[in-house]
Amino acid sequence: MIDAKRRILLKGSLAAGTVGVAVGAGLLSPSLVLASWNEAAFHAKDLPTALTSLMGSDAAETNDAIKIKAPDIAENGAVVPVTVETDMEGVKSIAIVADQNQTPLIASFDLGESALPFVSTRIKMAKTSNVVAVVQTADKLYSNAKEVKVTIGGCGG
Amino acid sequence: MSDIKIRAKLKDGETEVKCLMSHPMETGLRKDSKTGELVPAHFIQEVVCKSKDQVVMTANWSGGVSKNPYLAFKFAGGAAGDPIEVTWTDNMGETQSATSEIS
Repeated sequence: MIDAKRRILLKGSLAAGTVGVAVGAGLLSPSLVLASWNEAAFHAKDLPTALTSLMGSDAAETNDAIKIKAPDIAENGAVVPVTVETDMEGVKSIAIVADQNQTPLIASFDLGESALPFVSTRIKMAKTSNVVAVVQTADKLYSNAKEVKVTIGGCGG
Repeated sequence: MSDIKIRAKLKDGETEVKCLMSHPMETGLRKDSKTGELVPAHFIQEVVCKSKDQVVMTANWSGGVSKNPYLAFKFAGGAAGDPIEVTWTDNMGETQSATSEIS
């Protein structure tokens, strides 16, 4: 009787162990963990595809009210500081894109009710290209771009 | 002890939050210089920022964000002493969280 229980316990712990290993080794897709992370958008190889799966449309109107602060020349493509700011009303989300990167969509920020349309981060850029900021308001998409010259690419290689 | 550094400052009714996280942010495209093998992707996918248990901003990232990511954002309102909580989750399922106060 006792022996039988021990067997069951052993089996149980073995099974639990296997699941843990599977997650650790990346066999079980970790994207299951995060429901909101948009895999299609982040794996898209070009900007229109990424925007369509992220925001439902790629028809973004150029608008100079979006201010992109980034260096004109980035010596190190691995660390390019980018700040996006706008004075538009009702901004729901902001996306940052480097259009020559292998997967152009870098980041998207969903703004809560109290958040102001301002985000700042540091991105990697493969080569000289435009940094595009896409701003989503309640009913429309707006974008603006700024060219950043990259001396040494920062996406491996 | 957490690896997320948070600084939140109140100025003219706006709170600016700056955070610095410690993470390798591997894209999965980089090759190891010694072995020539691809380094597996390992990057933060989601950062959730809360103030007083209200979500202020959620950031979704790819491996295109630089190593040891920096993030700054602003929100209206907030008062000195209000708690700010930042939580990240990466593609390996690891997660880390830190709290700070508005000063």
